[in-house]
Amino acid sequence: MSPLHGWTPEALGDAGEVLPVVTAPDAVLSRPGPEVDPSDPKVVRLAADLLATMRVSPGCVGLAAPQVGVAAQVFVVDVSGHPKAATVHGAIALCNAKVVEASRWRPGREGCMSVPDLTGDVKRAARVVVEAALPGTGEPVRLTTDAFEARALQHEIDHCAGLLFLDRVAGAHAIHQRKVYL
Amino acid sequence: MSELAITVIGHDRPGIVADVSEALARLGANLTDSTMTRLRGHFTWTLVCTGPAAPEADAALAPLAADGRLLATVREVGSEVEAAAAGEPYIMSVHGADRLGIVAAVTRVLAEAGGNITDLTTRLTGPLYVLVAEVDLPSGTADAVAKRLAEAAAGLDVEVTLRPAEMDVL
Repeated sequence: MSPLHGWTPEALGDAGEVLPVVTAPDAVLSRPGPEVDPSDPKVVRLAADLLATMRVSPGCVGLAAPQVGVAAQVFVVDVSGHPKAATVHGAIALCNAKVVEASRWRPGREGCMSVPDLTGDVKRAARVVVEAALPGTGEPVRLTTDAFEARALQHEIDHCAGLLFLDRVAGAHAIHQRKVYL
Repeated sequence: MSELAITVIGHDRPGIVADVSEALARLGANLTDSTMTRLRGHFTWTLVCTGPAAPEADAALAPLAADGRLLATVREVGSEVEAAAAGEPYIMSVHGADRLGIVAAVTRVLAEAGGNITDLTTRLTGPLYVLVAEVDLPSGTADAVAKRLAEAAAGLDVEVTLRPAEMDVL
């Protein structure tokens, strides 16, 4: 397995297209996405579209295939420059990602582009090891990260499994009306 | 559309939420926002619904309150439009030995600063009193509010912290 450092979105060889973001209660957000063939040109295209859509969305640090209406295990993340980020791998596009190790659980309040009016208090691991395949080459990668990047990866992996942060909130009073929009 | 504000409070037992929501559903009342908790063992539910007129809802809930162990009140309210975000969201925590006037003193500081409380919980457990509030503060006022809260807290001999309600968009 190769490290992920040095990977760039240009590796996708596709500028991608900005797609509309779907919001709950759209059924696609609650459907587990199937594993994909990372070398399939359609999957590469999807990853490029996700990157393009994330780039034009203010404050967006991650976007998963179900959020553009496609049930599939593909997502992108980029937490570069975020104040809560520690380890940063830059722009990441992953297929069939799995959390294989998780520790240091921490609470935090999350918002999601697909649930625009609510936020929720969610416990996530502050250190994770994720195994996945890169779109295009299909090369397997093993990614170790922490802090905000770890939270973002878990949030997107959840999307691929048909789960929203609403499925993981800490309690009945752990959802809140969202007050600040970026 | 007009809305009904309903409160149900009383002796807790299993099935109150099911009974109340079923009675309202039979009337075609659509439950929108609600919050239920137990306060010192008392069942408390505050809810907003749309659909029926207040007297119909009153009549539907009356049998549930007939034994005197529950009190249900129904009131018609205008459809509220959510006020736009007025400032920056903060979370205030207060804890210390219980004494008279803690809530009044600290919330007065917030009010005088133009802060709007959007969520609040208080609990008394043994000698310990705990208050947690979410508050929208006018931009740029947090430091001054924190200072005044600290003064109020010192006078009450309780601890107070004010921190931003940070939210991460993913």
